[in-house]
Amino acid sequence: MSTPLVEMRGISRTYQMGDNLVHALRNVSFTVERGASIAIMGTSGSGKSTLMNIMGCLDQPTSGEYLLNGKDVSKLSRSQLADVRGKMIGFVFQNFNLLTRTTALENVEMPLMYQGIGARERHKRAIEALERVGLHGRHHHTPNQLSGGQQQRVAIARALVTSAPVIMADEPTGNLDSRTSYEVMAILQGLVDQGITVVLVTHEADIAAYARRVVTLRDGVIVEDKTQEPAKAVAVG
Amino acid sequence: MNLFTTFLLSLRAMWRHKVRTFLTMLGLIFGIGTVIAMVAAGQGARESVADVFRAMGTNLLIISNGSSSQGGAAGGAGSRYALTWDDLAALENGEVSTVRWVAPVLATKTQVASEETNWNTSVTGTNGAYFKIKNWDVAEGKLFDDDVGPAKIALIGKTVATQLYPGVNPIGQPIRINGQPFEVTGILAAKGQSAMGQDQDDIVIIPLKTYLAKLDRGAGKYITKGQIYVSTNSENDISRAEQQITELFRQRHNLGPNDEDDFRIRNLAEFALRQKESTDKITTLLALVAAMSLLVGGIGVMNIMLVSVIERTREIGIRMAVGAKPLDVMTQFLVESLMLSLIGGALGLAAGAWWAHLMADYYGWKFLFPAQTAVIAFLVSSGIGVVFGLYPAIRASLLDPITALRYET
Repeated sequence: MSTPLVEMRGISRTYQMGDNLVHALRNVSFTVERGASIAIMGTSGSGKSTLMNIMGCLDQPTSGEYLLNGKDVSKLSRSQLADVRGKMIGFVFQNFNLLTRTTALENVEMPLMYQGIGARERHKRAIEALERVGLHGRHHHTPNQLSGGQQQRVAIARALVTSAPVIMADEPTGNLDSRTSYEVMAILQGLVDQGITVVLVTHEADIAAYARRVVTLRDGVIVEDKTQEPAKAVAVG
Repeated sequence: MNLFTTFLLSLRAMWRHKVRTFLTMLGLIFGIGTVIAMVAAGQGARESVADVFRAMGTNLLIISNGSSSQGGAAGGAGSRYALTWDDLAALENGEVSTVRWVAPVLATKTQVASEETNWNTSVTGTNGAYFKIKNWDVAEGKLFDDDVGPAKIALIGKTVATQLYPGVNPIGQPIRINGQPFEVTGILAAKGQSAMGQDQDDIVIIPLKTYLAKLDRGAGKYITKGQIYVSTNSENDISRAEQQITELFRQRHNLGPNDEDDFRIRNLAEFALRQKESTDKITTLLALVAAMSLLVGGIGVMNIMLVSVIERTREIGIRMAVGAKPLDVMTQFLVESLMLSLIGGALGLAAGAWWAHLMADYYGWKFLFPAQTAVIAFLVSSGIGVVFGLYPAIRASLLDPITALRYET
């Protein structure tokens, strides 16, 4: 049996807020297999964002062990973590988080710059990624010239371009209308079919319905972990 | 991320904020510009002063007769006959090692006339060494040397040439000096005003022997209405030469230890040196003031970079999320402030050269581009970029990616 992609053992994360110690995660353990489609659900304050930050190597646990692809990343330096993020994880955010006044192509190329990949190769791979998310002929548009759905596609292309095995999508449809949401979910489901692990973080049940596995958090603890037959989103157009 | 990509990235970022970039650079443009302009102007002014002194003579000492004192009344400079032709010969024979050129200079005010008109000017009798000491050449015709003997030839200054021969080439023309017929064999190069404001071109120069034969017989062994010009091998020899000549002449004139000198030595080089020192001081002072404005420019860069870091917090968060290391972020901002400073510095250099040129034109100084200062200013501006960019860059690199991503602009 191969090692799971994500393996968390007794992860806790506390924050000091003034005099209070806030327990965002309490002794959470769970694993994610390669190629999984998983949704992390919970209300605001449930700890789902903290879990995603730790899973995405943006944050580190106060205690516990986190093995990403079999390698302990819970004690890495900031610089090493950045390296792991760049190679292992692609992020998709609610507010897209594209660089303003920067073309779609440049946005997608950016992660490759930090891996020291040459301009020609960057260019080639960025175009490929943009084609994969179905964004044709808009490579040189800046984010404010693109619709919300198109911006989110650019963001997905940016997450794809490094060939990272995990894509973490934090409320990816939060800023989109339902039709566009549907399209974005179709793209993400397509990625799962291609063997990429997609981790969705959402508070909306109808978005979580697209995932095969749903993990629900409340007050920093996993309260439910179920597997389901995912709803099928079909790309339109 | 490699450095070249970082450079491109920072250039692009600067281009996206053109106005802000330009305003930030403005501080450096003025800072570097004033430093360059001030130093250039200072050097130009100094060079112009130096030119005036060079025209008077290089490494020049002027020896003249001292003053007589009869019954307690001093007779004034030159009132005493002390310098002798033998003194001159002693110098010419190399008895003072530091002396290079020796020229007796006898002068008198007299009437000179061409066939058309006449003019009152100073007529000088001297030898060939005089032209070496004064760095003087002819504009036309030719100088004379000591082989000419008592030839009745004359070199005339520009002023005399215009007065006596308006519209005529003076070379080969007859000139009457004190009633004696001479021939003009050369026009001296224009020297303009001396440091004392005299017109140095209002002059006629004839060979010493001719002078002694036709204008002033003198008083036997004494050099009466004249001076000895001496130039030393180098600037550093001047004080020593002055000392050595004093010793030699005191000995030759049989002066006791309590006797006053019966001759005077004027050291123009020292005067020139003091002039140079004072212009140098002013230059330094101006450069210091300009350096202050450079510092202000540098603080301007830091200010803008800090604002830029805050404004681009989200961007930093995004970059970190996709794999930018703290060092990458730091380098990006550091390179950006370095580029700002370098481009600002280059523009400042150009502006400074231009200002210096304008000033040189206006005040009639020489335009000297201070290459050394330019290099220093350039290094300083890149230094400013690094030093003043460092703090904002470090702040950027220390940002927490999660907080940065959540930052609302």
